[in-house]
Amino acid sequence: MHIPDGFLSTKTWGALDIISVLALSLAIFKTKNKIEDKKIPLAGVTAAFIFAAQMLNFPVLPGTSGHFMGGALSAILLGPWTGFLVMASVLIVQCFLFQDGGLLALGANIFNMGIIGSAGGYYIYVIFKKVLSGKYEKAAVFISGWLSIILASAACAIELSISGIVPLIPSIIGMGSIHAAIGIGEGLITVAVISYLQEVRMDVLELAKI
Amino acid sequence: MKKIIISGLIFSVILAFFISPFASIFPDGLEKFAMNHKFLDISEGKDIFKAPFADYEFTFIKNPVLKGSMAGLTGVLFVYGIIYWFGKILLAKKTK
Repeated sequence: MHIPDGFLSTKTWGALDIISVLALSLAIFKTKNKIEDKKIPLAGVTAAFIFAAQMLNFPVLPGTSGHFMGGALSAILLGPWTGFLVMASVLIVQCFLFQDGGLLALGANIFNMGIIGSAGGYYIYVIFKKVLSGKYEKAAVFISGWLSIILASAACAIELSISGIVPLIPSIIGMGSIHAAIGIGEGLITVAVISYLQEVRMDVLELAKI
Repeated sequence: MKKIIISGLIFSVILAFFISPFASIFPDGLEKFAMNHKFLDISEGKDIFKAPFADYEFTFIKNPVLKGSMAGLTGVLFVYGIIYWFGKILLAKKTK
């Protein structure tokens, strides 16, 4: 879902660059106030896993692949602000070292996958956990992963439409339908990782979420 | 906690180094959508800089599998390192 340079209009990427810089500053400020030493390696390994898993495209539909995004996972593990920072760090490294996602479009990618996908994914998890009254936590995790991808792709679709490339409705339907399929993989991987951590080390999940 | 960090890192390295050569080469969701709506080519030549390991490849390595695997391995360790480094900076600022 990494947007390359050339897709978005100047106004669109410009506005999203500003929004993302502001969001990053706020996230750094929030994290700085509550950071704990033992959370740092956990954030690092979450980012390392996300980076690795993002390289592993799996086929979803004929001629189409998708890969894990990790936004919901990082926020469920670390909290919305830190999860967003981890996601943004991965995107920044992918852009500067590996040319994955445009430099001008970096703000758009941080907005879609970090703000919508990661922080948004966290609140989807919290809401569904409440709705399901604490039971079926795995369902809340799955829905969070699945919806985080669909919403991130919808944000991308809206940006493409604002940039005058594809009209809004076909853009949202086209992007949303492909990513509804990719999101199933996202949900399953997120559930697998969280369940594994619950199985082996509960304390990882009991650290304060920032 | 230490155990989960080390095993998580080893697992990530295995994914990036050994499993990434088997990743699907089909276009991803956004690329497919761009192909369907015939706008994929508008991004061609629009890169404003050249990243050192574009397309997750170490171009100085000849082996077609190893050039991607080494790039993946480097990325995993680099991402871990940058978060660790930045986290420690934030921690130092907090205690002051």
